[in-house]
Amino acid sequence: MSKTIKLKRGFDINLAGKPEKKISESSHSETYALKPTDFINMSRPKLLVKEGDTVKAGTAMLYDKMSEGVKYCSPVSGEVVEIKRGEKRKLLEIKILADKEVVFEKFKTFSTSDLANLSKEEALEQMQAGGVWPNIIQRPFGIVANAEDTPKAIFISAFDTNPLAPDVAFQLGDKEKFFQAGLDVLRKLTPGKVHLNINGQAEVPQVFAQANGVELNKFSGPHPAGNVGVQIHHLDPISKKDIVWTVAPYGVAQIGQLFLEGKYDASKLVAVTGSEVKNPGYVKTYSGVMLEKLFGSEVPTGHLRFIAGNPLTGENCGKAGYLGYYHNQVTVIPEGDYEEFLGWIKPSTKKLSFHKAIGLLSFLNRGKEYTVDTNTHGEDRPFVVSGEFEKVLPMDILPTYLFKAIISEDYDDMEALGIFELIEEDVALCEFIDPSKNEIQKILREGIEMIKNS
Amino acid sequence: MKPLQNLFDKLKPNFEKGGKWEKFYTLYEGHRTIAFAPDLTTGNKGTQIKDAVDLKRIMITVVIAMIPALLFGMWNVGHQHFISVGEDAVLLDKLLIGAIAVVPILIVSYSVGLLTEFTFCVIRNHPISEGYLVTGMLIALIMPPTIPLWQVALATIFAVVIGKEAFGGTGMNILNVALTARAFLYFAYPSNISGEVWTYFGDKQPVDAYSGATVLAYGATAVSNGTNMMADMSAHWYDGMYSFWNLFMGLIPGSIGETSTLMCLIGAVILIGTGVGSWKIIASVFGGAYFMGVVFNLVGSNSYMELPAEYHLVIGGLAFGAVFMATDPVSAAQTEVGKWIYGFLIGLLTVLIRVVNPAYPEGIMLAILFMNVFAPLIDYYVVDANKKRRLKRATV
Repeated sequence: MSKTIKLKRGFDINLAGKPEKKISESSHSETYALKPTDFINMSRPKLLVKEGDTVKAGTAMLYDKMSEGVKYCSPVSGEVVEIKRGEKRKLLEIKILADKEVVFEKFKTFSTSDLANLSKEEALEQMQAGGVWPNIIQRPFGIVANAEDTPKAIFISAFDTNPLAPDVAFQLGDKEKFFQAGLDVLRKLTPGKVHLNINGQAEVPQVFAQANGVELNKFSGPHPAGNVGVQIHHLDPISKKDIVWTVAPYGVAQIGQLFLEGKYDASKLVAVTGSEVKNPGYVKTYSGVMLEKLFGSEVPTGHLRFIAGNPLTGENCGKAGYLGYYHNQVTVIPEGDYEEFLGWIKPSTKKLSFHKAIGLLSFLNRGKEYTVDTNTHGEDRPFVVSGEFEKVLPMDILPTYLFKAIISEDYDDMEALGIFELIEEDVALCEFIDPSKNEIQKILREGIEMIKNS
Repeated sequence: MKPLQNLFDKLKPNFEKGGKWEKFYTLYEGHRTIAFAPDLTTGNKGTQIKDAVDLKRIMITVVIAMIPALLFGMWNVGHQHFISVGEDAVLLDKLLIGAIAVVPILIVSYSVGLLTEFTFCVIRNHPISEGYLVTGMLIALIMPPTIPLWQVALATIFAVVIGKEAFGGTGMNILNVALTARAFLYFAYPSNISGEVWTYFGDKQPVDAYSGATVLAYGATAVSNGTNMMADMSAHWYDGMYSFWNLFMGLIPGSIGETSTLMCLIGAVILIGTGVGSWKIIASVFGGAYFMGVVFNLVGSNSYMELPAEYHLVIGGLAFGAVFMATDPVSAAQTEVGKWIYGFLIGLLTVLIRVVNPAYPEGIMLAILFMNVFAPLIDYYVVDANKKRRLKRATV
């Protein structure tokens, strides 16, 4: 049965620089990169290419010794120019000097009717070889799925409620026609349901409304209503030993395209957002693009932070950094490394806050778009305030107790308090609103790693 | 503000590693962050933006919420003074006398407390935490205006060291720090914090008819001697002193900040409006006290039990405790369900202690401390219920 779920708790962070629905071409990026660090669980990466090799889009470049079948493929065609390593020879980036015209590696093609008879084995093989498998994320733990598992269900969130979020359907662009094929393939992978969760507060885009063979669930409410983890909690929560998979709509379409056209097409419409971007919109480019190439001739200047991803879960890459495998957005905001005289008590209508403590007046005008910089507005402190995290985590979970269990490395409590149901993005709002300025996403990941390795 | 920034910059090397005052870095940082919100930025991973709130702002919100109680308290100390010595006076005179009695207590509480706090921060190399902003004010407001200053100092040191630092500092304490100070005095120097201490005479003598008995004292007498409490209250030497309205307004002798229910309610409006204090706790303390008052009305075996339940809400320190003490997030219950239970039991115990145990006329202090100790237990069961819900789901 399809469900309609209304969430009340949460907070929409209303920032300046939302993307307009218009597409521009990126300036030609000479180099693209595949970053093994995007894949949290990759423990023993093995290279399949060396500097100087020529690759096509879809040529396998990398795999993890712990899961040999899954190939990580080049997003574009060209020459491998640099393999960048960090401390202890940790693999950081594989850079490719791109051809002007992208040439694709050929994979097996299927017609729509073939897909109906596709076997699970065949589907798994093609997906793992064809570069699209890392789109499939396993819960618990938020890691690339293991093809040998059988998930009890697959969840797709078809909308994004993060600050400055892109329009997910618009972002599918010309991949829209592959979305249904992707769903058909995914249905082979689980004996359970494929849930497609749509925004109950907006008009449903055709591509989602017409999807076949899925449970169409409606969610409404403030962020994090669009987070797939929150949706799973309300539809079919995860307990110990359960495994479910999640895929973003872009990944679904990419999977469909691999089967229908036989190619790994890493082209995507990246949302270019943030208060410092002159014309926030969408740019057509490829996964792994260098951030500064996304702005055409209008690269923002000044003392700025270039974030791959959104402001809550993204990564500070610098403008010469590269967009990650999962990123579909780049955000540019001012850096905040300045002191402010009596900044902790001065009343202000310009500072965005979830709270209403003396002088924080943003609650009077929630409709306003705020420009927020990277200042932390305070120092690290122990947990003091209670009952605030609960207001932005619409799940039956006691966040403070869970975080304290992680800090004290209490494995039993972590499990009992629901660590299986969360990944970083689900607690990002807790980190944002925390008056004690704890690094909650990092704390949660440490807890997840403890449980995963126990 | 550039000159001030430059001054800090100039001093900075002395406090950094290798500098001559290296050990006092935390003091340097503490002062700089009070003058200027720091220039810290978010990490490369994790949220790239942060909410504009911080603990300093939350704490200062609580301090601001206490200011009506403080100002009224100062005035009332003067007001009671002139009533007791039988003189007429104007607003300014009353405020002045109040200030003479109250400001030194406030100064001692803040300076001794901060000094103790700084000492621990330096020894432990902790950042200076803003919690004492609130505690310093609270300690002053719950003292009788006649308290010797050295006792304030001693109690403050005891509270900060034993009540807070012994547990690991801000955020780790079990008991409310300010109430620890008051409890210390109550048991160490009972003669200075009970009996005839609630009115400040200065260098004058009270009029002959004067009696310093409080409502709680009349109640205690009623229980032990079987007198009629309501009759005693209306027969108080100063006519109309203990009418319900006067009690609500707080025109009565008592601790500096806690006589006026009205001022506490103004504080409550600020705390609830800013979301800093838990309305659940405040409401349930009043609810618990009223409930217990009604239960005693039904039993009615002495005149204190027969005191109309609403009187319990305006006498003693109930309102002040409910609004400013019980809501301390560190020592209160931290789960939302827990907060209801915690508050209700505080109210209930306060009235129970008042009426049944006349040896401790003011019940709110002991009730809150008692429930501080039990708050983790309440939370334990609320958390346990959450765990069980999750476990139950797994087997279905």
